[in-house]
Amino acid sequence: MTILALDSSGLVASVAIIAEGTLLAEYTVNYKKTHSQTLLPMLDEIVRMVDLDKKAIDAVAVAAGPGSFTGLRIGSATAKGLGLALGKPIIEVPTLAGIACNLGFVRGLVCPVMDARRQQVYSGIYRFEGDRLITVRDQVPVSVSELIAELNGMDDALTSEGVIFLGDGVPVLREEADRMLSIPHAYAPPHLSMQRAGAVGVLAAQLYAEGHFVPAEKHVPIYLRKSQAEQQRDRMKGKKSGNEPAESDLISVQVEAASKVVEELRARAERNANESCGDPEKKSEGSDGESLKRES
Amino acid sequence: MSVDILAIETSCDETACAVVRDGREVLSNVIYTQIDMHTEFGGVVPELASRAHIDKINYVVQKALNDAGKTLDEVDAVAVTYGPGLVGALLVGVAEAKAMAWAAGKPLIGVHHIEGHISANYIEHPELTPPYLGLIVSGGHTHLVVVKDWSKYRILGRTVDDAAGEAFDKVARAIGLGYPGGPKIDREAKNGDAMAVHFPIAHVNGSEYDFSFSGIKSAVLNYLNHAQMAGDSVNRADLAASFQKAVVDVLVEHTVRAAKDLKIDRIGMAGGVASNSALRAAMEDACSREGFELFIPSPIFCTDNAAMIGVAAYHEYMAGVRSGWDLNAVPNLKLEER
Repeated sequence: MTILALDSSGLVASVAIIAEGTLLAEYTVNYKKTHSQTLLPMLDEIVRMVDLDKKAIDAVAVAAGPGSFTGLRIGSATAKGLGLALGKPIIEVPTLAGIACNLGFVRGLVCPVMDARRQQVYSGIYRFEGDRLITVRDQVPVSVSELIAELNGMDDALTSEGVIFLGDGVPVLREEADRMLSIPHAYAPPHLSMQRAGAVGVLAAQLYAEGHFVPAEKHVPIYLRKSQAEQQRDRMKGKKSGNEPAESDLISVQVEAASKVVEELRARAERNANESCGDPEKKSEGSDGESLKRES
Repeated sequence: MSVDILAIETSCDETACAVVRDGREVLSNVIYTQIDMHTEFGGVVPELASRAHIDKINYVVQKALNDAGKTLDEVDAVAVTYGPGLVGALLVGVAEAKAMAWAAGKPLIGVHHIEGHISANYIEHPELTPPYLGLIVSGGHTHLVVVKDWSKYRILGRTVDDAAGEAFDKVARAIGLGYPGGPKIDREAKNGDAMAVHFPIAHVNGSEYDFSFSGIKSAVLNYLNHAQMAGDSVNRADLAASFQKAVVDVLVEHTVRAAKDLKIDRIGMAGGVASNSALRAAMEDACSREGFELFIPSPIFCTDNAAMIGVAAYHEYMAGVRSGWDLNAVPNLKLEER
């Protein structure tokens, strides 16, 4: 199983090759050059560097959004062109889940944030069971105060181990988080606090194994926001306004997923209290796979 | 051996792909137009155009290959419009074309959009070869050029403000015809008197072949304002016809004068506005009067399409032009800059 992974959702351009669970190559550039100039030359470079036969590629993974609209489209169009030419599917990796995977195995909550402008961040809330990513709350645009209130209001069972923030939105929220957040928190170091195609590819392998991939022609970015023109039109028509994402772009499992996670943690705490010989690495069954699925 | 080129065009509001053989024969020509989507907003919304391109591009490319009875492996090169145009829209085509060419191991050729429009005439007019005079008029461009040789141009004049098609769109909106302005004014003008209102032909000081259309547009708006304040009713058909005549007159006048000055007796007209019936008729009249030979593509090759990009790419391909994997979209790409 060989996956080509791309992330051009933010300022960072990153490409990687994952083969049989091994990260063969990763090339990440955090520089202001446009992705249009960097992404394909970087891909070309790593493919040649590891002598990869393009025909051996099984799927193309792309950080599908949210992110800069133009950046997302460069990644998506690249993935779609590759998919069409190679006849291979696309694995759509939610950008924030991909960033969260930089911190696999961490205890406690992982909260990647991207600068979404207009005093907002795109954020998701995740946790890990071993290397397995579990979505506590799916990615949405929120204001910094909303995000902090949300974390402060979460069940103790979820927040007792604290939360780690990472991503290019950290500077947007750091000052307010330090002031207002009532749970323990920390910030990831620079090399883990950015989009990395290696992490995208690792999560993509998990998604692929669960059957979450699409034919290349079906893939479109997950924008999470309508265009300005549509927002304006909706305001004129008195519809839902502004920053709310299009209904079709929202995932409806958020609340349910979070409550399931809480139930699960409680149940496990009880189990652990009753029988102290449980296997800590054993993965719990249940809702996990669903929480990453994008309902379209 | 024939050369088959797969070409992609996404510079504005048309997602297009074509396969063209030897720069003349169109094996397939697929266009997905977004016009209905933009009509609601009264013009092209760049972000929506980009979103629609990424949504539709693979379907359009696959259909172009299927229609041509070709696989990607069987084409000789991949070509793509990389400017001028809307940057977000261009980027979709550029990224898609680069990835396809790279994955399939094919050469990549970046094509200038205007060069594509000029090249559209070669599809149906095999007898047309450089040198000749080219007039390219569309929603985004108004260029008068000497086509010196294949892929070699000298710009004589261009618009200093609005493109001709842009003026059509703006006036159409002002007189309540809506978007897209070109075809709507064309239709409305057929029932009007072109001599009803006189709008001045604008000349640009110091550059005899340049165009200016914002003056004509403002004159129409002023006329409407005055009529409204005086309580006069406005005959929309007359206004459309009079405005159209003013634009057509200046386009024909400059073209004929340039042809005479440079002693060129063949004229190739192209671009979306080249479909305008009044412009076609007036240019045909003038050319037959002056003894010039006139070439105009069918309307399907006047609008933005990828077949014309495949034709332009063929001449670049034969000249050995190849683009790198770092090819970028250049929204204000100049014709001489390639």
